[in-house]
Amino acid sequence: MADIIKSMEQLQARIKNCTKCLDDKINGRDGKRHIVVCGGTGCLSSDSHEIINELNRLIKERGIEDKVTVNVVGCFGFCSQGPFVKIYPEDRLYHAVKVSDCTRIIDQDIIGGQCIVELLYEDPTTHQKVEKQDDINFYKKQIRIALHGCSLINPEILDEALGYDAFKALAKVLTMQPQEVIDEILTSGLRGRGGGGFPTGRKWQFAKDQNSEEKYVVCNGDEGDPGAFMDRSILEGNPIAVIEGMMIAGYAIGAKNGYFYVRAEYPIAVARLRTAIQQLEAVGLLGDDILGSGFSFRCHVRLGAGAFVCGEETALLNSIEGQRGMPRPRPPFPAVKGLWGKPTIINNVETLADVPYIIRVGGKEFAKIGTEKSKGTKVFALGGKVNNVGLVEVPMGTTLRELIFDIGGGIPNNKKFKAIQTGGPSGGCLTEKDLDVPIDYDTLIARGSMMGSGGAIVMDEDNCMVDVAKFYMEFICDESCGKCTPCRIGTKRMLEVLTKITKGKGTLQDIEDLKELANATKNNSVCGLGQTAANPVASTMNNFREEYLAHVVEHKCPAHVCKAMMSYEIQADKCKKCSLCARNCPVNAINGVIGKEPYHIDQSKCIKCGACVSNCRFGAIIKK
Amino acid sequence: MAMVNIKIEGRSYQVEEGLTILEAARKCGYKIPSLCAYMDGRCSKASCRVCLVEVKGARGLVASCVYPVSEGMEITISSQKAIEARRTSVELLLSNHHKNCLQCDKNGRCELLEVSKMVGAREGKFIGEMSPTTYDEVAPSIIRDTSKCILCGRCVETCRELQGIGILSFQKRGFKTYVGPTENRSFANSPCMQCGQCVLVCPTGALMEKSEIGKVDKAMKEGKYVIVQTAPAVRAAIGEEFGDRIGTPATGKMVAALHRLGFYRVFDVNFGADLTIMEEATELLHRIKNGGVLPQITSCSPGWINYMEYFYSDLIPNVSTCKSPHQMQGAIIKSYYAENHGIDPKDLFVVSIMPCTAKKYEKERPGQGHDGINDVDAVLTTRELARMIKRSGIDWKHLPDEEFDDDLIGSYSGAGVIFGVTGGVMEAALRTAYKVLTGHEHDLISFKEVRGLQGVRDAEIDINGTKIKVAMASGMKSAKVLLDQIRDGKSPYAFIEIMGCPGGCVNGGGQPYVKPMFLPNEDDDILYTYRQKRASVLYSEDERQKIRQSHNNPDIIKLYKDYLGEPCSEKAEELLHTFYNANRERYPHK
Repeated sequence: MADIIKSMEQLQARIKNCTKCLDDKINGRDGKRHIVVCGGTGCLSSDSHEIINELNRLIKERGIEDKVTVNVVGCFGFCSQGPFVKIYPEDRLYHAVKVSDCTRIIDQDIIGGQCIVELLYEDPTTHQKVEKQDDINFYKKQIRIALHGCSLINPEILDEALGYDAFKALAKVLTMQPQEVIDEILTSGLRGRGGGGFPTGRKWQFAKDQNSEEKYVVCNGDEGDPGAFMDRSILEGNPIAVIEGMMIAGYAIGAKNGYFYVRAEYPIAVARLRTAIQQLEAVGLLGDDILGSGFSFRCHVRLGAGAFVCGEETALLNSIEGQRGMPRPRPPFPAVKGLWGKPTIINNVETLADVPYIIRVGGKEFAKIGTEKSKGTKVFALGGKVNNVGLVEVPMGTTLRELIFDIGGGIPNNKKFKAIQTGGPSGGCLTEKDLDVPIDYDTLIARGSMMGSGGAIVMDEDNCMVDVAKFYMEFICDESCGKCTPCRIGTKRMLEVLTKITKGKGTLQDIEDLKELANATKNNSVCGLGQTAANPVASTMNNFREEYLAHVVEHKCPAHVCKAMMSYEIQADKCKKCSLCARNCPVNAINGVIGKEPYHIDQSKCIKCGACVSNCRFGAIIKK
Repeated sequence: MAMVNIKIEGRSYQVEEGLTILEAARKCGYKIPSLCAYMDGRCSKASCRVCLVEVKGARGLVASCVYPVSEGMEITISSQKAIEARRTSVELLLSNHHKNCLQCDKNGRCELLEVSKMVGAREGKFIGEMSPTTYDEVAPSIIRDTSKCILCGRCVETCRELQGIGILSFQKRGFKTYVGPTENRSFANSPCMQCGQCVLVCPTGALMEKSEIGKVDKAMKEGKYVIVQTAPAVRAAIGEEFGDRIGTPATGKMVAALHRLGFYRVFDVNFGADLTIMEEATELLHRIKNGGVLPQITSCSPGWINYMEYFYSDLIPNVSTCKSPHQMQGAIIKSYYAENHGIDPKDLFVVSIMPCTAKKYEKERPGQGHDGINDVDAVLTTRELARMIKRSGIDWKHLPDEEFDDDLIGSYSGAGVIFGVTGGVMEAALRTAYKVLTGHEHDLISFKEVRGLQGVRDAEIDINGTKIKVAMASGMKSAKVLLDQIRDGKSPYAFIEIMGCPGGCVNGGGQPYVKPMFLPNEDDDILYTYRQKRASVLYSEDERQKIRQSHNNPDIIKLYKDYLGEPCSEKAEELLHTFYNANRERYPHK
């Protein structure tokens, strides 16, 4: 393992060896069975670690250590169905595995050679059991470029990564001129995956053209959007690919040092990243004179302390320097004057993860995927009111309909689709009329939202859009760094107006004020956080104006979410007089006589907690 | 200097490359309102968003205080979009500002108020909750009232860049953000030197000196003998409070005003300065002769003394034990003067008018005062004195010139006057040291080689073949260079003068605010020239004096003959010297 790889030839030999090894494993040529278990944060929190221990214990107990191995791999993406256990060479995928299922897996499948049908995924529409991952609808339309190797290789073992394409791109890059590397990225049309969508090649070019001894590459892993976990999964699943991308960037612009800025709330990602760096340093793939090429590069890890604004690139630079995370005015741009005043490029995790692929297959090949101005794939964290919650990587140009209904499996409980929020708190919502729009940077912006880093929250008819806008505004209000006036005070004033509206006290003037504040915050703020802070408000106001009007004119919340404007009522004809609601009411607001008189709610006492609704077995209680 | 062609409001101009839009516009005759920008628009914050303008081709509006001009740039200040943007920024600031303007001491010099007028802020727009506030009046010199803070960050920058300390910083996030010492401590519990430079730059009433006018009023009411003494630098600036141009001498009018305010006696701290020189020069010569700790460092600036105790307490042996001039003079008033006039010192109340906020703290330090009697009872800043004058119906314009009272300690030398500017104490000491070492006066009287306003300076003085190396520093960031030298045992100097504020007392934290927006008759570069202008008032007053060396002040000679004996005598040590505290909570610098 710790054999130092000193030359290109040694690297090629090692790669060849590792590739064969991994290939044999997957295809069963080594005569063994292999169990892999998802080690992403989601599955780990559903006991996948215990599953691994239990499997190992059983294997030892049954004395079959020489016939089967257990390995941990990165995120499968289909997080709502985890933990996943996969069996090679059959390529059989078990979902929602519990620790108690381990005995079955070992005895019935590994020893008995029988598939455990109950543990297979069942298609919700056809009710067919699906054995192989690729046959599941959720995966059918996906292309894994950024998530390359995730759910396949053990992220903590260098040789597994080397067996699955790692460092092939770097080996190629070291034979190229830096400008050729940048040209390749330019040809690929790769744009920043962190949200802004700035062409990556041009960013690199700016930094390369700066005359400076010291330059830096920074990887932005401060993923802060609520519900987004693209970067986390990539770092957890294949950290070496991101490191390789960073090294390629360093080679292209002339940097010798790279910084990973990862939020401290991602302990697994950080640990795996650190392990990968140590392993690469140990074999000489990071350090001085890599592969005898004269190129030297080192990686450093810095942890964020949980401030959303530190995902903004200049605030991030301040944070790395040990300053308070507040954005810097531009110009000068980081490519000219960045970290410690030196030319710096800041790329998102996903962007860097795409780089090795582009180099391996060529920019032209990458550019074949996607739309005219947005190339390649994009990873989305699909969540909210959708059946299949998880991480999906789709080609640019996929429509929202495909994303929500084909991959996402539609809306649960046959509810009606209302909107999808992309771009997290900086983005906006898209509605029914946008469902067939191909998703790319420009179409989303044209429709009042943005790509963002890839959060995609689906909302159904039960969501109140004013309440949604308020939720995001609360988040921004808490996360504004407090530096500039519009973001610090403007967002607070917007939140106050939204709160007033959701309390049923809004007026038409409030809607006008909201517009003015949204405009001011957008146009006048220092950084991206403030400039996009009003997007959720603006887009919900544009798309759901009638809902806002219902709140302020009729003082009604059409979705029955805003508590001040809704009430629960028991329909006497449906009430079975069972008293379950009354017994569960925390404030004794429900009266009736068991078995004799239908129950009713005393509205003056009701705190609208909803306990009665969730306890009624007959659907007798409705929101009004 | 390379020039670039730009257009402002559709008109063509040529301006220097590298200027910000704000600076360039000013040079071309346009006035863009701004708040967070200070020192002619050079700032690194762009946080208030009050100076937004439109630039053709730029994404959104740009902050003119940081955005550099470039060839072919087209700038629009007066478009509806820009006007509304600037107005909204101000209205938002006002919605979170404690607007008790009528009672605010900053009224008349409040930049927020002025800018609101400029942008046409509408009344009561954006009403809402206020950020949680802190009112810190625990420290003796400075009050911090975050309800008025607009988070422009000027004080943060000043404390860090000018003084090299950085006790102020932004804390918490979003709407709860505030500026203050770590953990929202009081200035009293943080290594604040109380210099008041932050007060000078604050655009609103968020940072103010702690007023002691009430103490003076009370003493007057109680019928005490209220004696007032004014520091040299006050006369160089007080006129500004009444509309005089910067650099107008105001000694006579100031004295006349003090007489009219009902003070029992009006003295000049220059006498105390002369006394300081006698003691400090003697102390220095003792150290040189007896192999004492060198370099000796001056102790007149209480801001510097605070800083030293916090950050360089290992250098206490280097610091002169002399009290500062007004404390010495206070001690003499309450002993020598009181005895001569048969007044019980308890019935005396000494008020010092100072360019300084730290002096308010200094008077309360241990090691000041004697037998339970304070040397000085109240310290007012130059600004507070102006407030007292204004409220009492005195019309500054019509005041005659009057002389300080000639009563035992009334006379002073030119050497005392120049204490108010960096290098002044050094020059005054050299005049006396020269006489002591050579037996005769220096032909030129002045030692111009120690003058100047740069942060750190040094000079080699030839006194009849004996070469003495001296250095001067003002502002702690500059002083640090000299102090680290001493710490490393590499200081080549015998005597070092350190002043807490950049430029010395003429730029003290208690001096009138220099805010260009309120000074329409001053030159555009006034922020870069006002220190020099104030300093020249003091140097010319020095030149007008018949007596220009401290040791030739007749009242000083008499004081030593009749009362103290000789400099550094036992009596002098008891009254005029102090000690320092090595155990104030330390904040080691890296």
